[in-house]
Amino acid sequence: MTTVTTPLDAGPIIETHGLTKIYRVYQKQEGLLGAIRGLFRRRYREVRAVDGISFRIEPGEIVGFLGPNGAGKTTTLKMLSGLIYPTSGTARVLGFVPWERANAFRRQLALVMGQKNQLWWDLPAADSFALHRAIYSLPLDQFEQTLDELTELFGVAHLLRQPVRELSLGERMKMELIAALLHQPRLLLLDEPTIGLDVVAQVSIRRCLREYNRRRGVTILLTSHYMKDVEALCERVMVIRHGQLIYDGPLAGIIEQFSQSKLVKLQLAEEADPVPFRRYGEVVHADGPLIELRVERQRLPEVLAAILDHHRVLDLNVQDPPLEQVIARVFEEPLAAHETDSQLTPV
Amino acid sequence: MKPTLSSLPFEQADCSDDSGSVWPRASFLLEAGKYGRILRIALVERLAYRLDFILSTLLRFLPMLTTILLWLAVYAGAGRLSEGELGGFSLNEMISYLLLVHISRMFSSMPGLAQGIARDIRDGNLKKYLLQPISLLPYLLAYRAAHKVAYITMTAVPYAVLFFLCRDFFAGWPSAPVLLAYAVSLVLGFLVGFFFEAALGMLGFWFLEVSSFLYVVGTLNFFLSGHMFPFDLLPATFAHILKNLPFQYLAYFPAAIFLNKVPQDMLFSALATEAAWAIALALLAGWLYRCGLRRYSAYGG
Repeated sequence: MTTVTTPLDAGPIIETHGLTKIYRVYQKQEGLLGAIRGLFRRRYREVRAVDGISFRIEPGEIVGFLGPNGAGKTTTLKMLSGLIYPTSGTARVLGFVPWERANAFRRQLALVMGQKNQLWWDLPAADSFALHRAIYSLPLDQFEQTLDELTELFGVAHLLRQPVRELSLGERMKMELIAALLHQPRLLLLDEPTIGLDVVAQVSIRRCLREYNRRRGVTILLTSHYMKDVEALCERVMVIRHGQLIYDGPLAGIIEQFSQSKLVKLQLAEEADPVPFRRYGEVVHADGPLIELRVERQRLPEVLAAILDHHRVLDLNVQDPPLEQVIARVFEEPLAAHETDSQLTPV
Repeated sequence: MKPTLSSLPFEQADCSDDSGSVWPRASFLLEAGKYGRILRIALVERLAYRLDFILSTLLRFLPMLTTILLWLAVYAGAGRLSEGELGGFSLNEMISYLLLVHISRMFSSMPGLAQGIARDIRDGNLKKYLLQPISLLPYLLAYRAAHKVAYITMTAVPYAVLFFLCRDFFAGWPSAPVLLAYAVSLVLGFLVGFFFEAALGMLGFWFLEVSSFLYVVGTLNFFLSGHMFPFDLLPATFAHILKNLPFQYLAYFPAAIFLNKVPQDMLFSALATEAAWAIALALLAGWLYRCGLRRYSAYGG
């Protein structure tokens, strides 16, 4: 800590330029003969797991990192935390080149993976925390103060002396997060922090992360498959697909950019046949006087005028489609559709 | 692209770089203190398994009994029960040897070490050593030392009872210098065993599954270390070869010191050779780790 001075406080926490990772994947050939052939000549396929992504993250931001499975989220996190080298491109994290793995860098970073366990299984979390203190050479008073603050924040102070295996999944995840925060990292990388947790635990972990970010200004980059996590925590999201960054901006902007339709909910004065409504758009739901339509965004003014002209409407409500649906559709789109950004222009 | 950002990593990444350093260079004492604290904490962790320690020790006494009976039969069959020797070992010496080998193995055996490293590599738990400011080999060494301290403390009583019951096989306590050399040989044997197993575990970087290989090595080791019987029973050429391999330090060598089979004037150089082997194996394990890490960082993780 004495040897390295870092020009951090001014610049961004993360800055990448054209970060790319190409894996060479061994193609196993079919059948016994193929397996024998594979012993002599191996066939490889190149996989562009991350394909030239560039972005900046400023101190104190909470950024959601979204993408379908295999899109390159975890690979990116691994490069940012210094676990793997990129094939090309550059990155600065906390002022360091991450894959040089300087000790000063490692002291300021934490990576938590939802499926991985860092704590000693048969011992109380307090013992694992003591080990953590030794690993990071934390002074005792600072360690105790941080631990008190974190256990109070996460509401698990009474569980410190209980063997980890006896804790619930949610409590265990909280302990994992505490372990990751004990050395007061300036950057927290979270890979699926709420995976497999029940709703109550998810909500509670989100609240704690939010609060900790507010208090300490820690920068958080998180991946999650639960849109609720992202909605609750992140003002900014990055969407990655097939290794490419296809969106970087405010959460609400995703709907603007990727959803060509709006949801129109109608309450009519009397029961209506849904069939004539089909000319306005897709009838999503029809139940007596209640009709739900998906209408293309460009046609919206025209459609609303027509509906009000032709039907007796008691109530009308225009909504964006649920974020999860929009995201799911973005994830599903084939590769070619997003080669250029031209068709993504918002209306 | 800004000039401040570093260029491709491949130019600077060679086996000698300090990333994920095996042996931290800076502030060595501070680092040593860190691993000392890790050892203390790991000791607490290991004590959670004390009952398991004691039970496994008691169960290990059973095959010992059959081994002793077997050698009684061998000596009887050779007609050398009361006097005479096999390979320079009298019956009493042979049985003391077989008991002492257990003490050697108490220090040098590393159950699950190689397997654990290989599994950490395969399952990605290796991350821990790359993300946190610790190095794999010193950490595992501290952890294993704690394991040994806990284990030896826990099993001291049953072993003391066993040796007390078997006291008639022994000729008596060796001299103080020999006892000291014996203690040193055990500690060095711990290091030889640790770094040998650690180096084996590094194979996990290159091979997906190493358990059957480790099983073969373990079986060979039983023979090569002299755990099965002293080398002196073998034809001279074989015995000579085995006495120049590092495996002898895992079982044979400390027991031979205790039984005064190593001449007093040779003790120092023999121990120095053992230390040299420990260092060589440590360097090997460290080198394999750095090379493996480069591969790991380039291909997967």
